[in-house]
Amino acid sequence: MNFYILSLIKIVVVVAVLMHVLAYLQWIERKVIAHVQLRVGPRRVGPHGLLQPLADVIKLITKEGMIPSHVNHVFYLLAPFISVAFALISICLIPFGPIIQVAGVKTGMELTDVNIAVILILGITGLGVYGVALAGWSSNNKYALLGGLRSSAQMISYELPLALAIAAPLIVLNTLSFRQIVDKQSFYYFGFIPNWTIFHSPFPQIVAFLVFLTAGFAETNRVPFDLPEAENELVAGFHTEYASMKFAAFFMAEYANMVTVSCVATLLFLGGWQPPFPAEYGSKFIPALIFVASALLCFYHGMNPARPLDRITLPIVGVISLIAAAVYLIPIAQPILLPLFWFGAKVGVILFVFIWVRATLPRFRYDQLMRFAWLFLFPLAMLNLFVTSLAVALTAK
Amino acid sequence: MDTLLFLVLAAIAVACGINVVLQRHPISSALSLVGVMGALAVLYLQLGGEFIAAAQLIVYAGAIMVLFVFVIMLLNAGSERKSARHLWARWAGLPLLFIFVGLMAYVIQALLPPSGEVSFGGFDGGSAQAIGNRLFTIYLLPFEITSILILIAIVGAIVLARKEID
Repeated sequence: MNFYILSLIKIVVVVAVLMHVLAYLQWIERKVIAHVQLRVGPRRVGPHGLLQPLADVIKLITKEGMIPSHVNHVFYLLAPFISVAFALISICLIPFGPIIQVAGVKTGMELTDVNIAVILILGITGLGVYGVALAGWSSNNKYALLGGLRSSAQMISYELPLALAIAAPLIVLNTLSFRQIVDKQSFYYFGFIPNWTIFHSPFPQIVAFLVFLTAGFAETNRVPFDLPEAENELVAGFHTEYASMKFAAFFMAEYANMVTVSCVATLLFLGGWQPPFPAEYGSKFIPALIFVASALLCFYHGMNPARPLDRITLPIVGVISLIAAAVYLIPIAQPILLPLFWFGAKVGVILFVFIWVRATLPRFRYDQLMRFAWLFLFPLAMLNLFVTSLAVALTAK
Repeated sequence: MDTLLFLVLAAIAVACGINVVLQRHPISSALSLVGVMGALAVLYLQLGGEFIAAAQLIVYAGAIMVLFVFVIMLLNAGSERKSARHLWARWAGLPLLFIFVGLMAYVIQALLPPSGEVSFGGFDGGSAQAIGNRLFTIYLLPFEITSILILIAIVGAIVLARKEID
């Protein structure tokens, strides 16, 4: 098939899925944090607040797009655009699954396969800081400016441990292309321990994984490193002067960056779309099993409803789960769906950790943040890199 | 196609470069410089120097220019004021500039050995492996000297920035 048509189809699919993931990530975040804090969270719009993202989007679009009179117009309008653009561009380097064959067409499950993807993704996400910095500066507001300054300083500082943490698995795997990185993690020690980078010989990269995740929190401006928008110090930080869709753009960029960091962590450290144990031990039945279990749970609670409406809604969800389980058992669909399931599951777990941490940890103080980056994370990442290089050099044939 | 792509990217780079000088506000100038870096990175990528392109993005556009913008924001530098131009600069400035650029172009063309035809995608020695091999074999000495130079600069910066403790 024509390369351009194929790319266009893939772009449409990826954008559609990504936009829904971003919208519902926010719903999941609100729900999870609510339950952690013993609240119920959004539940007015739609069943269990499932239509809340739609309501939020409509609210943000129809709101008046105010521009304060004292801002620097060009950069004020450019900043959210930069943020969102670089956050979304980086997704196109992420492969979601292996090379598949559909109706005679062979294609990889990604938009582009670049042989220096890991470095390129660092470069693109590094440019996203201009959005935040410019937003803070052009708002002509002291709180916004402080937020912008903090974010640039923080991103420059945390980019070092991040890059060093990425370098260690690259030395172990000896490639820069995401597809090859995942392919090199497809074996099992003793037949059942996956050789994901966090378990990989000669030196397991668990430390690098933790450093990467911590620096990733800081790079995406998430709690406990959300100093650029610390609301009890800086009103709302760099986006104080923003309203309507321009404000939403920053949120979208934050969630898109979260997804990117989770995807990169999955690919680099957790074996991408490789199942956690081999297919001979039945790993290909796990998704179907999970869906059947959730269906049974729904049927049980439908039989003993806590609310009158549950008698109707829960069985419907159960039937949908059963259909999903059946789809996962179709042999033709398995080579496509199973990798997607494992990739999605791992990314989902990391995203959950992001939300979990936000619900649990308080914010750092600014000097603590900097000291943590320079005096703890950076030396730790350096040491890990050093030991890894030594181990690789000693075991090299 | 190659010529067209090159012309577009080169035009962007030159336009941004001129804009660096023309803009009165430091932030605008700094961002124009980012534009120059970006256009150059794409040119490198088209020529086959993938690694150099990514390094250009990370180091120059992503780190150094962010630092520039950070400092400009920190000092809250305002826009520059225009001073009255000297009579000389007003009348002889542009012609002299064109003569200088023309001379430079001529000298460079005359001094450099004639190169073969360059086409986008024709060069494939720009991968990370190729650069690593070169860097740690043929160019090891310059590489190490450069790193020592940078180390000296870092130590110097720390010494200068350290607070005096009596």
